[in-house]
Amino acid sequence: MTMSRISEVFNRASGESRMAFMPFVTAGDPSLEGTAAVLLALRDAHVDLIELGFPYSDPIADGPVIQASYTRALDRGITVDGIFRTMESLKSQGLPPVLAMVSFAIIFRHGSAAFVADAAKAGFSGLIIPDLPADEADDVSALAKAHGLDLVQLIAPTTTERRTKQILAASTGFLYCISVAGTTGARLELPRELIEQLRSLRNQSKLPLAVGFGIGSPDQVAGLEGVADGVIVGSAIVRKIAEAADVTSAAAAVLQFAQQMQASVSKTKPSSR
Amino acid sequence: MSIATTAPAASSPLSAVPDERGRFGEYGRRYVPETLMYALDQLSQAYEDAKLDPEFDRQLKDLLRHFVGRPNPLYFAERLTEKCGGARIYFKREDLNHTGAHKINNTMGQVLLTKRMGKTRVIAETGAGQHGVATATACARFGLPCVVYMGEEDVRRQKLNVFIMRTMGAEVRPVTTGSRTLRDAINEAMRDWMASVRDTHYIIGSVVGPHPFPMMVRDFQAIIGREAREQCLNQIGRLPDEVVACVGGGSNSAGMFYPFVDDKVVALTGVEAGGRGGKPGDHASTLTHGKPGILHGSYSYVLQNDDGQTSDVHSISAGLDYPGVGPEHSYWKDCGRVNYVNILDDEALAAFSTMAKTEGILPAIETSHAIAYVMKAAVQRSKDDVIVVCLSGRGDKDVNEVARLTGQEM
Repeated sequence: MTMSRISEVFNRASGESRMAFMPFVTAGDPSLEGTAAVLLALRDAHVDLIELGFPYSDPIADGPVIQASYTRALDRGITVDGIFRTMESLKSQGLPPVLAMVSFAIIFRHGSAAFVADAAKAGFSGLIIPDLPADEADDVSALAKAHGLDLVQLIAPTTTERRTKQILAASTGFLYCISVAGTTGARLELPRELIEQLRSLRNQSKLPLAVGFGIGSPDQVAGLEGVADGVIVGSAIVRKIAEAADVTSAAAAVLQFAQQMQASVSKTKPSSR
Repeated sequence: MSIATTAPAASSPLSAVPDERGRFGEYGRRYVPETLMYALDQLSQAYEDAKLDPEFDRQLKDLLRHFVGRPNPLYFAERLTEKCGGARIYFKREDLNHTGAHKINNTMGQVLLTKRMGKTRVIAETGAGQHGVATATACARFGLPCVVYMGEEDVRRQKLNVFIMRTMGAEVRPVTTGSRTLRDAINEAMRDWMASVRDTHYIIGSVVGPHPFPMMVRDFQAIIGREAREQCLNQIGRLPDEVVACVGGGSNSAGMFYPFVDDKVVALTGVEAGGRGGKPGDHASTLTHGKPGILHGSYSYVLQNDDGQTSDVHSISAGLDYPGVGPEHSYWKDCGRVNYVNILDDEALAAFSTMAKTEGILPAIETSHAIAYVMKAAVQRSKDDVIVVCLSGRGDKDVNEVARLTGQEM
């Protein structure tokens, strides 16, 4: 089996003895054209991976910043089809691997088989489905595999040992480590238990470990040196886009912030896998 | 009647649900962020342990009898029966419970579980405010801090209940996102729980959400149907021909129907909010107009657009104003065991008034939907037939809104 694009990215980063950086942006906020501009800015910042959030009306895992971006996008009539078309239009633009972050409510309504096939066709490299726990993921997992997509599982500070084994077995590409019990959104400090959990996960698995929820500044990345392999930043970027006056300034703000984060992450050593 | 005996001895496919993964047929399950899985496993375990513990059963029975005031009557509605001129109509008087609705049956059970799990804080969502009041009451009774999430629109519609909750010491947090109703209150409660899951129990108010909530809330509410069934046998000498209850999330109806599902001779009818009519956005008739999908952590009928986004709904009733429904109702619908119908806003308002003048009972506007259906159904039946309707709550909370809607001065 050929290695996935996502696995290649993590292998390359750890070969360069650095962590990988994955920014999150909401599709369709402020518009699909705006999202295209932001994705190109992220490419120009040489980020390793991109997580593209599909707006959903009832996102229970998300804090106020991302939730508000979903509401804005839905108010503008953003649809799954529109997001897929935007991605397809960027296929020749040399984007890094893009993962779809999407509620299972949306996938189910489209039909899992159709959604996964369309996502692969549109150029996505992986799926993150925050409300599809490993227990219920068998069908989507098989579909993702058949279409060459990674299905990234999430692990929480509250995850038990028994569930950890199940999640590690089910996850492909990397493991999304939720840093704090709570919703998305930047926090000042990362909890100490996180480091212990990352060390324990490292002993149990060779999967790259990417940390998200709660990270919003380059300073926080240093604390993950040697224990994680990637860093995910969402709300901090979404806020910059929301505060920008227009698409051009949003793309410029994202480019600048992503360059800072990428530089900081690239200076930080990954775990030894 | 202990909660341990709610599951029937004979394993009928209709009542022997859910399975250990929380599946009612295909419906139910758990579609939640990983952060919550630990709390749901912990709750399932605590509930299974409690069911086997005679002390839990004793405490719950004691509370239901002396604090809630159970058993409540099965009451023959003589004048409403005469007025309709058909089947004999009986009310299961959940409106006579402490706090004025069936909601307290569930909060008593869940507050005991909260204590058993050693959790020190309670959160809840509320639509009409009845579940919020019942949760605030349970927390006051047991000295637990309580936060109730309530859509801003519902805070406006249900001022009395907001005042009661605050008087009981609960913090009412108005929710200003989305449609500002029950659905958004559930979202906010879930978000709170994501961050507070280690020390907080989420007392969900209906048979919705991830496993084990739909099963557990049904079990706690099944005392309605068990009492009603026994009262029918004692007072009427037989089972009723039809049992009726309103359906929002579906807790009073699930509790009412569950003990009757294996009684094939009893027709079961759930009444949804028909709102202003059948157009999308004008009603909250999830089982009538919805499709199976995912909402609030479980797989059930939902009102969604073709892209999987939850639809806006409308009902004059804050308690029925919800785009989802409990997974067991979806199962019953697909099996054909329960017939789901809907009643318009205006029909419910008319039933509210008729009940007051004919029976001297002010029903909740939610309950008025069930009454409106019964008034139509009774006419079609013979005088020998018996219809039992769950009078799920009292209507004091609704007087301001009814006055506003009917153009009367308070």
